[in-house]
Amino acid sequence: MTPLRRLLPGCLALLSCCATAAAGAELRDLYFGEALYHAYQGEYFDAISRLDVEIGQYRGVDEPQLDTLHFHINEAEFSVGDFELYYRMHNRAGRAIRAVLESNVAPEVRNEAAYRLARIHFQKGQLIEALQALERISGAMSERVRHEVAYLRAQIYMAGGRHSDAVTILKGLQGVKEFEGFAGYNLGVALFRAGQQQEGRAQLARAGQVPATDPGSLAIRDRSNLVLGTRLMENNEFGPAREHFDRVRLRGPFSNRALLSAGWADASAERYDRALVPWTMLAERNVTDKAVQEALLAVPYAYSKLEVFGKAALLYGKALESFNSELAKLDASVRSIREGKFLRALVREELKQDSDWVIKLRELPEVPETYYLIELMASHDFQESLKNYLDLEELRKKTAAWADSLVAYEELIELRRAYYQPLLPEIDAQFRLLDSQLKLRLEQRAHIDRQLQSMLIMPRAEFLITAPEREVRDTLFTIESRVDPLAPDAAVVRARIERLKGALLWNVETDYHRRLTEAFTNLRALDDEIERLNEIYRSFVRTRQAATQSYQGYEDTLRILKIRTRQSHDKITTLMARQGKLLEAMAIEELEARRQRLEEYQVKARFALADSYDRATLKQGQERLKK
Amino acid sequence: MRAVLSLIGLVVAGWLVSHPVFAVSTTKEQVKGLDEQVQDIKSDVLAIGAELSRLEEKLLYPSGTQVSLFVSLAKGEKFRLDSVNVRIDGKDVADHLYTFKEVEALQKGGVQRVYTGNIPTGEHQLQVTIAGKSEGGGDYRQTSTATITKGVGPKLVEIRLAGPGSRNPGIDIKAR
Repeated sequence: MTPLRRLLPGCLALLSCCATAAAGAELRDLYFGEALYHAYQGEYFDAISRLDVEIGQYRGVDEPQLDTLHFHINEAEFSVGDFELYYRMHNRAGRAIRAVLESNVAPEVRNEAAYRLARIHFQKGQLIEALQALERISGAMSERVRHEVAYLRAQIYMAGGRHSDAVTILKGLQGVKEFEGFAGYNLGVALFRAGQQQEGRAQLARAGQVPATDPGSLAIRDRSNLVLGTRLMENNEFGPAREHFDRVRLRGPFSNRALLSAGWADASAERYDRALVPWTMLAERNVTDKAVQEALLAVPYAYSKLEVFGKAALLYGKALESFNSELAKLDASVRSIREGKFLRALVREELKQDSDWVIKLRELPEVPETYYLIELMASHDFQESLKNYLDLEELRKKTAAWADSLVAYEELIELRRAYYQPLLPEIDAQFRLLDSQLKLRLEQRAHIDRQLQSMLIMPRAEFLITAPEREVRDTLFTIESRVDPLAPDAAVVRARIERLKGALLWNVETDYHRRLTEAFTNLRALDDEIERLNEIYRSFVRTRQAATQSYQGYEDTLRILKIRTRQSHDKITTLMARQGKLLEAMAIEELEARRQRLEEYQVKARFALADSYDRATLKQGQERLKK
Repeated sequence: MRAVLSLIGLVVAGWLVSHPVFAVSTTKEQVKGLDEQVQDIKSDVLAIGAELSRLEEKLLYPSGTQVSLFVSLAKGEKFRLDSVNVRIDGKDVADHLYTFKEVEALQKGGVQRVYTGNIPTGEHQLQVTIAGKSEGGGDYRQTSTATITKGVGPKLVEIRLAGPGSRNPGIDIKAR
C-alpha cells in the first residue's frame, strides 16, 4: 500500500497544480507565472521564494485590488502550499492551508483547502486529524474533487484498519477513469483485510486484467496478480496461483518476484520440471537481485528433486562462486560507503539531469554499493532522507553563493560612496541656485496669471500694450514734459502729442480682445515650458535621491543578512553531516542484511552441494552395479 | 533441502508485505527528527532569500531604471522553442538556449524572466529573435521589434511567442 499511498496524492496535487495555469483564466501577474515556471521544473525553492515575495508585496500595498496578483491571489496561496508540500515543508504547508481554511473564503475554496490539509495529515500518518479535515468539506463540489475526497477517505480508512468502510467507498470509485487500476487493487486488498476472501480474490483478479498502457497502471496490474498469486499459494492453490504469476509482465518491477513465485507454485505442486522454466530464466538475470540469488539455489534444488544430482551439484557450485563474489562486492561496498564515496556520488550534478538517475547511479562503476541499494533507495524513508540531503546540498551552495554576493554588494556600495560623495556638495550648490531661479520664475508666471484672470472681469488695456507701443508712449511723455508752455507753438505740439496718444490708445483698445487671447495662448505655451522644466526638476530630484540611496541605508540590512547567512550555512553543514551519516547507516544496514542473507545461502549451498555430490556418486555407483 | 524451500517461501511472502527494515541504529524517530530540522532550515533560508532579493532589487535594479523582460508561450502552443535573443537599443541583453524541461514549463503556462536590467526613462527599441522547430520538424526563425517607453516605475514587458501556423502572432511584445 505504501507506494500507492504516496503515488496518487502526488499525482493529484500535480494535476491541480498544473490546472492552475493551464486551465485557468489569462495569466495577469507575470511574477506568479514565473513562480509556476520554476515549479513546473521542480525548482520549488525558487518557486516558493518568488511567490513569497509577491504575496508579501500584495499584502503590503494600500489597494491590493489594483495589484495584478489580485486576479490570482487564491491560486497563489494554494500554490505556495503545494510547492511547500513538494519541497517537503509539511509544517509550513499545513499552516498556510489552515490559514486559508480559517479565513472568510468561498465554500469551494474552503473545501479545496480542507482536502489539501487532510492530505498533509495523511502523509504524516495523522489519520484522525486527516479525517477531521475531511469533515470540514461540505456543500456542492465538482465530480473530480468529490472523487479525490472519496479516494483519500478510503486510503485513510485502510491505513486506520477500517477496511469495511474503505470497501464501501472504493466500490463507488470503480469505473472512475482517474483511479482505474489503483482503486481496483486497493478494493481487492481492503476486501481481503476485511475478511471477505472470495470477493477480494475476484476483485484482485479483475484488477489484474484491467487494460492498461501507462507504466503506473501496468505496474499496479502486475502487483494485483502477484498479491493474488501469493494469497492463493498460502491456500495451497498452486495451479491458479501459477496462472496469476504468469500474467505479470516479464519486463517490469515485479517480474523477478513473479518468476520466482511461479517456480515455487510448480515446485510446491511437485512439478519440478515446470518450475525450472521460470527459475532458469530468472537465474540469468542481474545477480544482485534477491530473487535472482534465490533462483541460483532454487534451480539446482529442482534438478536434485528430478534426481539429476550431477547437474545439481554443478549448479550449487556455481551458486557458491556467485555468492562468494557477491559477498566480496558487498564488503567493497561497505568500505566504499565508509570512505564517503556513496554520498559524493549522490550529489553528482550530471545524475540529477536524468529522471532515472537512481538507475544511472547503479551503472557507475566507481560506486559499487549502489548495486545492492536500489530497493532501499526506493523506500519511503530513504527517499525522504535522500531528498533532504540533496536539498541541504542545494541550500549549502546557495548560502555560500549569497555570502560571496553580500561581500560583493558591500564593495559595490563603497565604490558608489567613493564616487558620489565628493560630487554631491558641488551638484547640490548648483541645484540650490537653479532651484531659487526656478521658484522666482514660477512666482512671476503666477502673477501674470492672476493679472490676466482679473482682466477678464475688469479690462485693463494698459497691461496689454506692446513693447514698441510702450516706447512710443514713454517718448510722448518725455516730449510732453519738455514742451515749453511759453513757446509760440506749444499748443500745436501738445495737440499733436494728444493726437498721437489717442492713436496709441485707439490701437490698444480696438485690439484689446485679440491681445488678451494672445496673452492667454502665450501663458499656456509658457505652462508647457514650465512643465518640461518641472519634469527636469523632478528627474534631477529622483536621480539625486537615487544617487544617495545607492549607497546609504544598507549597512544594517547587509550586516544582519551576513550574520543570518553565515549561521544558516553553518547549520546546514552540520545537518548535512548528520543526514549523510543517517543515509550511510541506512545503506550499510541494508548491505549488512543482504550480506547476512547471502552468508546463509552460502552455508545452505555448501551443504546442498555436498549432499548432491554424495547422491550423484551413490547413483553412479548403483548404475555401475546394475551394469 | 526442505529447510531451504521453507526459508525461500517465507522470504517471498515477506517481500510482498514488508519494506526495507532498518535496524535499531536508524530509527523512524531519527529520520523524523532530522526532517523537522531540515524543514526549519528551509524556512530560514527562504526568509533570507526573500530579504536578499528585496535588497538586490533596491541595490541593483532601482525602480526608476528597472526593466524586466518575460517570455511566455501562447496558450496551446506546441512548437519546440530552441532559443531567444533579446536586444535593447541594439545591444544584446539576453540570449537563452532552452532545455526540454524549460520548454515544457513554458507550455504548461509558466513565464520565464529572461532579463532584468536598467535603462533610462524614455523610448527604447526592443528586438526579439526566436529560433525553434515547428511541430512538423521544420526550422522556424522569426524577428520582431517594438518600441517600449520607460517611465518612472519598473517596466515589465511580456514577450509572448507562438509557432508557425498559429492564430497568434509569432512574437507579441506587450508592455505590462
